Amino acid sequence: MKLTGAEIVWECLLREGVDLVFGYPGGAILPIYDALTKYPQIRHVLPRHEQGGTHMAEGYARATGKVGVMLATSGPGATNLVTGLANAMMDSSPLVAITGQVPLGAIGSDAFQETDVTGCTLPVTKHNYLVTRTEDIAYTIREAFHIARTGRPGPVLVDIPKDVQNKVIEFHYPEGELRLPGYNVPGKAHPKEIEAALDLIHSAKRPLILAGHGVLMSGAMDEIRSFAEITQTPVALTLLGKGGFPENHPLCVGMMGMHGTAAANQAIQQADLLLAFGMRFDDRVTGNLKTYSPDSKKIHVEIDPSEINKNVKVDVGIVGDLKMVLRQLLPKLQTGQHQEWIGQIRDWEEDTSERDILLRLAAHPDGKLWAAQVIAELFRCTEGKALTVSDVGQHQMLEAQYYPHTRPHSLLTSGGLGTMGFGMPAAIGAKLGRPDEEVWAIVGDGGFQMTLTELGTAMQEHVNINIAIINNSFLGMVRQWQEFFYEERYQSTPLKNPDFVKLAAAYDIPARRVSTKEEIEEAVQWARSIDGPTLIEFVVVQNDIVYPMVPAGADLHAMIRRPKPSESPDFENNPTAI
Amino acid sequence: MKHTLICLVENKPGVLNRVVSLFRRRNFNMDSLTVGRTHNPDISRITVVMEAEPGDGKKVVMMLYKLIDVIEVQDVTNIPTINRDLALVKVRTPDAYARNAVTDLCYERGARLVDIGPEVTIVELAGAEESVESFVEALHQFEIVEMVRTGRVSMGRGIRTMEQRDYKSTRFAAYAPSVNGGGSAGHDDE
Repeated sequence: MKLTGAEIVWECLLREGVDLVFGYPGGAILPIYDALTKYPQIRHVLPRHEQGGTHMAEGYARATGKVGVMLATSGPGATNLVTGLANAMMDSSPLVAITGQVPLGAIGSDAFQETDVTGCTLPVTKHNYLVTRTEDIAYTIREAFHIARTGRPGPVLVDIPKDVQNKVIEFHYPEGELRLPGYNVPGKAHPKEIEAALDLIHSAKRPLILAGHGVLMSGAMDEIRSFAEITQTPVALTLLGKGGFPENHPLCVGMMGMHGTAAANQAIQQADLLLAFGMRFDDRVTGNLKTYSPDSKKIHVEIDPSEINKNVKVDVGIVGDLKMVLRQLLPKLQTGQHQEWIGQIRDWEEDTSERDILLRLAAHPDGKLWAAQVIAELFRCTEGKALTVSDVGQHQMLEAQYYPHTRPHSLLTSGGLGTMGFGMPAAIGAKLGRPDEEVWAIVGDGGFQMTLTELGTAMQEHVNINIAIINNSFLGMVRQWQEFFYEERYQSTPLKNPDFVKLAAAYDIPARRVSTKEEIEEAVQWARSIDGPTLIEFVVVQNDIVYPMVPAGADLHAMIRRPKPSESPDFENNPTAI
Repeated sequence: MKHTLICLVENKPGVLNRVVSLFRRRNFNMDSLTVGRTHNPDISRITVVMEAEPGDGKKVVMMLYKLIDVIEVQDVTNIPTINRDLALVKVRTPDAYARNAVTDLCYERGARLVDIGPEVTIVELAGAEESVESFVEALHQFEIVEMVRTGRVSMGRGIRTMEQRDYKSTRFAAYAPSVNGGGSAGHDDE
C-alpha cells in the first residue's frame, strides 16, 4: 500500500488504539491535518492554545489510563507544548506529542517557524525523536507509544519535517520486537528483596504505608488495600495518590506533606517503619530531610530506580511494578495488630477536628462564604462521586482536604510541576475520555485566567463539565506565604477580575455567581442538571489560610496549625482568626 | 571525590547531547569527557570523569540509565582499570640545543616526537594522567605554545567486558544497594 508519511502517522495512531486527539494545525503539520480527512474514525479536538491542548491530552490520559495524543505545528506551536510536557513529565503521565517541523533542507537555517524542538523539549520529555526518513515514521511512533506507556510513564515527542510527511512510500507496519537495548521495564522483585521487606514488616510496631501515584498507575488498589487490612497498617496518601486507597477506610489517615493532615505527618515522624509504595519523597511531602521520620526503617517500592535513595535513604529498595511486588508480598504476610499505634493516630485526628474551620463556622456562623465550605458542599451535593480536577493553589489543597476520594482516578491535579491553568483544560480532556463521569473543574480565579481561552473548546465541543471558580480576587496561596513569611506585604497578588458570569455568557456557557453558603446547593444542582458546560463563580473570603502548613524546608512535625479555641486570645470576637 | 563512569550508548545522532545535558541539568560537574566508537558499530563508548559528593556517583548512574539510548553504565572508580590520557604539546625549539633537550626529555619519559619544524616541535605522550601531568610539568622548561589533552579513557582489567555483561541483570545489580546495602543478582529469575 502506497501512503504518504502523513497518512502513515494516522495508520500508526489507529493501531495504537487512538480514537481522540487534541491538536492545533499550522504550516509545518498541514500534511498530517490534510490526511486526517481520510480517517473520520478519529475525533480531533481543537484547543485554543497548544498548552491547553497538552493539559487536555493529559487529563484524558490520566482519566482513562490510555496515552493522550497532542499535535502541534513547528516553532511557536511546539514551544507552547513545553509547559504541558513538563507537567506530564513531573506527574508521569503518558503522552505522545507529534509536531511538524520545517523541511529537512531548511533545518538549521532559521527558517520561518523553525525551532530546535527536540532540543527545547529534551529535559521535559521521557524521550524524543526527530524523524528524518519517511520509512522511519511507523517504527518511531510505535516505539514512542511503548515508551510513553510502560515503566514510569511520561511524555514522548515525535518531530516530523514537512517533506518527510509528504513523501510517498510503500507502507509496511513494523511488527516484531522493538530494538531498545537501553530500555527495560521493571516487573517483579527479587525473592531476597521480598524476604528483606517481610522481615521489616513483621517486626514493625508502628508501620505506615505511604501510597503515591504509582498505586493508581500500576492498578494496585486492591493489593494495597489487602496489604493494609492484613497487616493493620494505616495508610497516608500523597496528593497524586488520592483515590489509590479509599479515604473513608478506617485505616486511611489522609494526605501527607505540606498541607496534609496533622495526623498523617505526626504518624510519619513517629513511625518505626515506612512503606513507600509508588511515591518519590518529593520535598513537599518530606519537609526537612534531616529530621524526616528519624526512627523508621524504610521500604521503598518504586518503578523508577533513580528515585530509590535519591532524597531519602532507604533500608530496602525494590525496583519493580508495585502491583506485581505487592502480589509477591501478600501471600507471605502475617496478620498484624497495631491497636496502640492506631489509637495514637486516632488521638491526633481528634486533636485535628478541634481546629477544623467547618466545625468552627458551624458553631460560629459569620455569614461569609469560605472556600472550604464550597468544597465540602460540593462533596455533599455530588455525594462524593464526582471526578474532580483541581488547579493549583489554596483551592487545590482545600479540595484535597475536604473532598475525600474513594474511587481510583477520581482526582486529577497538577502535583509535581504545580501548573496554574492545568485544571479547566484537563477537566475537558477527562470528560472526553470518561463521558459518563460527572466532572467538576475546581479552579482559582488566578489559575483559571491562565487558560480560560479553553472555554471556547468546551463550547465548541459541547463538553459537559462544571467549572467552579473559587474567587477570592487574590493569588491566594502566594498571599498566604506573604502573610506568613513576608510580613503581610501583598506584593502583586491582588487581582482585579473580569465579570466571570458575563465572560461565560460570551461563550454561551450558562453561569451563576454564589456568595453565601445557603446558595451553594441550589447552584450546584442547577449546574448538574444542565447538559453542556456550566460555570459557577463562588465569591469567597480573602484572608483565608490553608492549615495545617509545613513551611518549605521545615521539619514535618513543625506544622503551623489553626489555633484551638482555647489557644485563641480573641476567640469570642473573631473565631476564625489565625 | 572524582568518579570515572563508562557509558555504552546507542550510536545515534543526539545521544551525546542527551548525556551531557543530564549532567548540566542535574548540576553535576564534568572534568573530562571522551567519546568514541567501539568494535560494535551500533554502540559508542563515553568516558566521563566527574567531581561528585559521596553518594552522587550512584545517583548519576541511575539517572543515566533513565536515558533510553544509554545501554550500560559502570562506575569504575573503585575497580582495577587501565586509564589513559593522551597529550599533544607544541613547544618552541628555535635552535639545535632546544631540539636536543626536547628529544632527550621525550626519550626519558617514553614520549614521542611527532612533528619537528623550524620553530616548534610537537611531542606526544599517552599514559596514566599522573605521568602526563609530570611530563607537561617538565616541558615548562621550554616555552609551551599550544597543548591539547584528550581526557581519560578507561578499561576494566580482566576478561569481563561491559558488552558481555547481561544488561538486564547488571542494570538491576546496580540498584543492589537495595537489600540492606548488600548485592543482589538479576530479577529475571523466580
